[in-house]
Amino acid sequence: MSVDDEQLDRAFTALGDPVRRAMIARLSRGPATVNELAEPFPITKQAVSRHIQVLETAGLITRTRDGQRRPCHLVPAALEALTSWIDEYRLETERRFRRMDALLQTVREQEQ
Amino acid sequence: MSTTINTPAGTPFVEVTREFDATPAQLFKISTDPDLVTQWLGPRNLEMTVEKYDVRPGGSYRYIHRDDSGEYAFRGVFHTVEQDKLVIQTFEWEGAPGEVCLEKMTLEPTETGVRLHQQSVFPSVEARDQSIEYGMEHGIRDSMDRLAELLAKGA
Repeated sequence: MSVDDEQLDRAFTALGDPVRRAMIARLSRGPATVNELAEPFPITKQAVSRHIQVLETAGLITRTRDGQRRPCHLVPAALEALTSWIDEYRLETERRFRRMDALLQTVREQEQ
Repeated sequence: MSTTINTPAGTPFVEVTREFDATPAQLFKISTDPDLVTQWLGPRNLEMTVEKYDVRPGGSYRYIHRDDSGEYAFRGVFHTVEQDKLVIQTFEWEGAPGEVCLEKMTLEPTETGVRLHQQSVFPSVEARDQSIEYGMEHGIRDSMDRLAELLAKGA
């Protein structure tokens, strides 16, 4: 396997877990601390740290230092690769409008 | 026809603007006739049943989306209805009772068609963000499923 394949494998394995997907979705809105990421989940802080480590090893997130805080960030390149998923809200809205376009075409034809 | 979606950080608002190649009357018709609404409202691959869709001031609506994992029911009340111009309604997913959104839809004629403007006000910033994140998570799952299908086909 090439290095790229291994990286891709790790990214998909990392995203194969609902807690980690939720963390990625949260980070798409902006950086967050471990405590902030842990908040929605009824799991131990150790479990949260392990999830964050998996995401970090997969190259999807990085951690920086900001005084006492060590916030997690989405890696911009990873963010780009995930764009089609993260934009799902936008895509679903656009799909709905395309269905309306098609229906309006039918309505116009019926009226003529 | 480009879609503008604004979700200003720290607010409970979602604003969507889109132009359609139609008259305000035509767009109003497909937005309010229950038989036509079923043809566009709701994600792909979901069966949709409209139980009630009574678009008049004080009228109410309820519809159900079904897929393999279950049923999702939505309901609300029409507050203001102005033919071909304006609809103000509430919106609630029955899976999260009490988290009621207020939705305002305005139709405005343009030189080439009609401009649809939708403003949703969620009960809190958190409720809005969760709703958007749910869509994203759904999208990630969807993409993983599509990838799995491709791999199963030996692509």
